[in-house]
Amino acid sequence: METRNLTCINCPLGCQIEVKMEGNEVVSVTGNTCPRGENYARKEVVNPTRIVTSSVRVSGSETGAVTVSCKTASDIPKGKIFDVVKDIKGVTIPCPVHIGDVVKADVAGTGVDMIATKNVV
Amino acid sequence: MENYNIVIIGGGPAGLAAAVSAYDAGERSILVLERDVNLGGILNQCIHNGFGLHTFKEELTGPEYAQRFIDELKERKIEYRLNTMVLDISKDKVVTACSKEDGVTQIQAKAVILTMGCRERSRGSLNIPGFRPAGVFSAGTAQRLVNIEGYMPGRRVVILGSGDIGLIMARRMTLEGAKVLVCAEIMPYSGGLKRNIVQCLDDFGIPLKLSHTVVDIQGKDRVEGVTIAEVDSRMKPIPGTEEHYDCDTLLLSVGLIPENELSRGMGVELSPVHKGPVVNESLQTSIPGVFAAGNVLHVHDLVDYVSEEAKAAGKNAAAYVRGELKEDESGEIPVKFEGGPRYTVPETIDPSQVKDQLTIRYRVGSVMRDRKVNLYLDGERVLSRPRKVMAPGEMEEVLLTRKMLDEHPNLKSIEIKVEDS
Repeated sequence: METRNLTCINCPLGCQIEVKMEGNEVVSVTGNTCPRGENYARKEVVNPTRIVTSSVRVSGSETGAVTVSCKTASDIPKGKIFDVVKDIKGVTIPCPVHIGDVVKADVAGTGVDMIATKNVV
Repeated sequence: MENYNIVIIGGGPAGLAAAVSAYDAGERSILVLERDVNLGGILNQCIHNGFGLHTFKEELTGPEYAQRFIDELKERKIEYRLNTMVLDISKDKVVTACSKEDGVTQIQAKAVILTMGCRERSRGSLNIPGFRPAGVFSAGTAQRLVNIEGYMPGRRVVILGSGDIGLIMARRMTLEGAKVLVCAEIMPYSGGLKRNIVQCLDDFGIPLKLSHTVVDIQGKDRVEGVTIAEVDSRMKPIPGTEEHYDCDTLLLSVGLIPENELSRGMGVELSPVHKGPVVNESLQTSIPGVFAAGNVLHVHDLVDYVSEEAKAAGKNAAAYVRGELKEDESGEIPVKFEGGPRYTVPETIDPSQVKDQLTIRYRVGSVMRDRKVNLYLDGERVLSRPRKVMAPGEMEEVLLTRKMLDEHPNLKSIEIKVEDS
């Protein structure tokens, strides 16, 4: 049996969670204080995902802004983080940009769009 | 001279929430003064996600969180001025500000809400020997350069201090192609949030060296390397533990200090512990009609709590303008604490001024495990909350309710004790 130790990231408590695994099967989850901790641990050991945030260049800003911040619209596999960042390198989008505008569709083939997180005029 | 009932100093998360809440409490004569080109304050450069979990039950990035409040401000048509720097506030609440468009202007306020936020501790406060080469940045400066200005501060990075901004920048610089070699923390524990240690260091295999500090910076024109050493229990470097790192950049994430030059200038009493104004249950400072909230009051880790605190300040300022808030200090009971907390906000409570409930916030001085936080009114325990772990990097709170106060008329003492479980 394999044991994995995780720090829960759902809230500032940061519970130390111990997950016992038999191959790819979760046998037990201990150390969490709430159900969110168990859900996190089960997902983290089998299919860890992250929201990726970054920024890309903008052109034609009235206010002189040079970048707009962006994020993946939902979480993507942890192993794809660097692919996502690489895929938006060199992207420049014209102003005005609004929160939610697609910066790069289907970023790095994840099926998830990179969207703007700031209004830039 | 112009006249406004409430003038709010700073348009960051605290200022925005205070303005919206004062408006919703019925106040219409509100002015927000912001020195930057945008509202939103530091949230504009905090492009990572994780904001708003408590307030909106979803994970927003900093700019998105700010925009929610900016939208609320604009929907209410609350007045604000950008590019406007407040130079001075007098004891009589005359606010002197300057801007390119209007020059120097003076505004007479009935109430002032201080929401100026905080600043990063700089290299000057650390006593690191060596030259002053380029390549030493505060983590927040690096964050601004990367996220707003679109520059990379360097390629091989050492981070001193494990505050949240430093951790966030470890990830950000890594994603942008830099090599972050190590994060050194002088304390035996991290000052950052758990989720940031996991998602910003562990995810990228960046080592966190606790009880370590930078003892030397090499390079004359540009940083060429730094030397890190382990420290003993008195935080003195231990000879023989030095390790050298070749790098071109050193980021400092060594603490935040509430920015209270204006408060000091107007004579507001400041706490030597949390470095912000001493406030009562209404978040009113030692000067009646002057309120404080957010990081200018005490440094928070979560913006949600900044907004919550600032909402209370806005509501109370509106009540003050209507003449519904008492002005004198009578009835104020000092909040005593024992066994863990370094300070509390508020410092004093007048039970007659507490409406439904009051959040008392505090920080502990060291990592504590398996404790109980007990609240005593006149020596009687009215609340007991088990805490598995408490750390200086994570703000704690205790909720004092109207019901508890009603059950203790003629209250003389309020005490928070952190005791063994």
